[in-house]
Amino acid sequence: MNSRLRWRKFVSGFMLTLTGVCAAVAVSVLFFILGYLVYHGGTSINWNFFTKLPAPVGEIGGGMANAIVGSAKLLLLASLFGVPVGFFGGIYLAEFSNSSIAFVVRYAADLLNGVPSIVIGIFAYALVVLPFKHFSTLAGAFALGLMMIPITLRSTEEFLHGVPRALREASMALGASRWKTIMAVVVPAAYRGIMTAILLALARVAGETAPLLFTAFGNRYWSPGLSQPTASLPAMIYSYAISPYDDWHRQAWAAGLVLLALILIVNIFARAILARGSAIPRS
Amino acid sequence: MAASTTTVPSASPSSGSRSFISRLRDGDEIARVITFLFAASVVLITLLLVLQLWHDSSLARHKFGFQFFVTRVWDPNAEQFGALPFIYGTLVTAVVSLLIAVPLGLGAAIFLAELAPQKISDTLQFFIDLLAAVPSVIYGLLGVFIVVPLMREIIQPALKNSLGFLPLFQGPPYGIGFLTAGIVLAIMVIPYIISVSREVLLSVPRDQREAALALGSTRWESTWKVVVPFARTGIMGSIFLALARALGETMAVTMVIGNTPTISASLLSPGYSIAAVIANEFTEATGDVYLQALVELGLVLFLITFILNGLARLLMVVTTQKGSGMGHV
Amino acid sequence: MHASVRPAVSVNINPTTVTPGRETAAAASLRMNISKVNFFYGQKQTLFDINLGIASSKVTALIGPSGCGKSTLLRTLNRMHETVRNARLEGEILLDGQNILSQDVTLLRRRVGMVFQRPNPFPKSIFDNVAYGLRINGSKLPIADAVEKSLRHAALWDEVKDHLHKSAYELSGGQQQRLCIARGLAVEPEVLLLDEPCSALDPISTAKIEELLVQLKDLCTIAIVTHNMQQAARVSDFTAFLLMGQLIEFSPTPHMFTTPSDPRTEAYITGRFG
Repeated sequence: MNSRLRWRKFVSGFMLTLTGVCAAVAVSVLFFILGYLVYHGGTSINWNFFTKLPAPVGEIGGGMANAIVGSAKLLLLASLFGVPVGFFGGIYLAEFSNSSIAFVVRYAADLLNGVPSIVIGIFAYALVVLPFKHFSTLAGAFALGLMMIPITLRSTEEFLHGVPRALREASMALGASRWKTIMAVVVPAAYRGIMTAILLALARVAGETAPLLFTAFGNRYWSPGLSQPTASLPAMIYSYAISPYDDWHRQAWAAGLVLLALILIVNIFARAILARGSAIPRS
Repeated sequence: MAASTTTVPSASPSSGSRSFISRLRDGDEIARVITFLFAASVVLITLLLVLQLWHDSSLARHKFGFQFFVTRVWDPNAEQFGALPFIYGTLVTAVVSLLIAVPLGLGAAIFLAELAPQKISDTLQFFIDLLAAVPSVIYGLLGVFIVVPLMREIIQPALKNSLGFLPLFQGPPYGIGFLTAGIVLAIMVIPYIISVSREVLLSVPRDQREAALALGSTRWESTWKVVVPFARTGIMGSIFLALARALGETMAVTMVIGNTPTISASLLSPGYSIAAVIANEFTEATGDVYLQALVELGLVLFLITFILNGLARLLMVVTTQKGSGMGHV
Repeated sequence: MHASVRPAVSVNINPTTVTPGRETAAAASLRMNISKVNFFYGQKQTLFDINLGIASSKVTALIGPSGCGKSTLLRTLNRMHETVRNARLEGEILLDGQNILSQDVTLLRRRVGMVFQRPNPFPKSIFDNVAYGLRINGSKLPIADAVEKSLRHAALWDEVKDHLHKSAYELSGGQQQRLCIARGLAVEPEVLLLDEPCSALDPISTAKIEELLVQLKDLCTIAIVTHNMQQAARVSDFTAFLLMGQLIEFSPTPHMFTTPSDPRTEAYITGRFG
């Protein structure tokens, strides 16, 4: 073996090992994040955290009950708005539309998906905050719902397309109408995929802060109804993290841990369902 | 006249011989119309968004015109608004993040696609997908409490000691700044580069690599000189996607960049980005011009990400065409 | 062009199957010698006790029905089977008397080249495709000269000499395959393996390549897998017939196709199965 070959083999081994290091570094970030959150925030998760309102500025103690409820309300409302639009729109694309309309709708959805979340916030502000002259849960839910639409739309369309023709034809051959076929046969067949897509969309918007900054804004107290500003978990993390108070920092960590844990659990759950349902063997 | 429920349902649009009202009685037609309305609403909302951005920035656009993009001064009191510091900060942090994320991400993708056995590759990809799901504000949290002190105590002083003669590393080590924001962005963006690049590398036909090996290439040579070039359009697409994400990032950036509209050659300097200034000043904006200047910034950001995403998609289409042996880049 | 026929090693063979051709091949001196080769994918065995000699400067064809193991066998000759995780080889394969399994694989693959079933040029220019192996391994000649030489050997030079910097993908299928042959020849291998090189091509391109193979014998030893018996008959000097992982018969080609010794060989050749 001459020296040139020896060098080439050395370079090969070295570079390939380096790629392994890159992969290890990338994956380890996830565990670092979790580790830090558990370390700094784990001890602050207690009953108070979940049940108490934020204490007055500068005082120790208090919790994030209003933020948790606020986030839950926002997400519920966002789904009520975003999911039907995405779901029924997806049905239209998969079952009824022609290719030019489908192209336009898909293009619009992709465009919407690519809009930076802060710009979504601006839009929601103009539409829902300005006319009513105050921040509100509704505005925040509108912004988040907007962000859920593209994912829901594309996934619904994709999973509906994945249902075999034979199933539809069997149903129609029995005399069922188009609509009945869709609702009773096609959608249930694609149900798993669509549900997981919705869950993933929810997990994504649950962590969004920017669109809430000038829609739901924030609130140190409860926010009854829909038309008042409301606290949310991500927004609390943000304002507590940049504050000068140690106690608030502690709570920010705890909130971060709770938020991330929820998001990761939903992600793992959803992906596990997807994997089991539609395992695509790699060639 | 009325549509009977025993007739064969029409899958195509009914002929015009039945009146609209009678067509409505047919369940399928109603379904069609309703679902169409939902689909159309998506298009309408998107149009509305663009229109709103355009309209609600008109004051600022007319007042400043093209100067908006080249003015450094951002002075709300004097009603002088120049976007240059924010464009600069957005670009610098994005470039820094790519300089870090692309080699790391591509390296990891190569490992996952070429070296790792399938199970390990899939498991690691699963973790990478989870990383992509971590919200921006959590990265910001980590940024503020872990990365910034690290930068301030260790990394920035080390950089100044070793490379301080460069204009890149001048100024006091605050911990925050362009470099820190770039690093945090890099961490956020790596999963996208890895996922897409890995997909693309996996789709390179086996016999490309085998042909290289059969000519006496080492493993690395076959990967780097044949497989990666074959996949390069798709990899470019992943970089554009990552870039689009980096540009639009708000929370993590605003928590570590320093939020000062400065233009400086030094990476250690605090700065500002478009998304960050909107986030911080939107609710404080007094006066229409101020607000509309911020909206104009939002419009700029929208346009940049729109173009980038479009390019990324174009590249992906070219990639799938090449897979069938049709094109050559 | 490398020095004319390098001294090859004559090996004493114990034929374990009915192969009158073996002795003839031995007399012609063997470039490669395959002995007692068994091959496994995981638990499943796909090659059973193969003993075969590849004669120097001759064309040896491997024929048999799909799944008989001929491609598997071919791929062991340059250790390409090692790119598959569960593949395991037992036995000995000698190149010029040295066991290829104990040599450095990168070196081996320079000496034993391969052309694949579907043309697979790199996404580079015509010139860079041929130059690839030269740039990696080093070249005695200036690269441009070596590239021209290979393209001439592959009967492609006249068609592409004015377009060397165009993309390889702009060539037709047959041209791309000849490009792959040129690419393989550029590193001056001692043996060139071809795995059904014409199966994706039209008849005219096929004919061109068959013509080429007969001429290439002078440059290097050739082993070709083909499912086309007429091709084997036209092109090869020796033919090996495999069935279900076993070597049934190995003879000089004229003998194999006129008076096959084994009834299974005869059945395959006359088209009764396969």
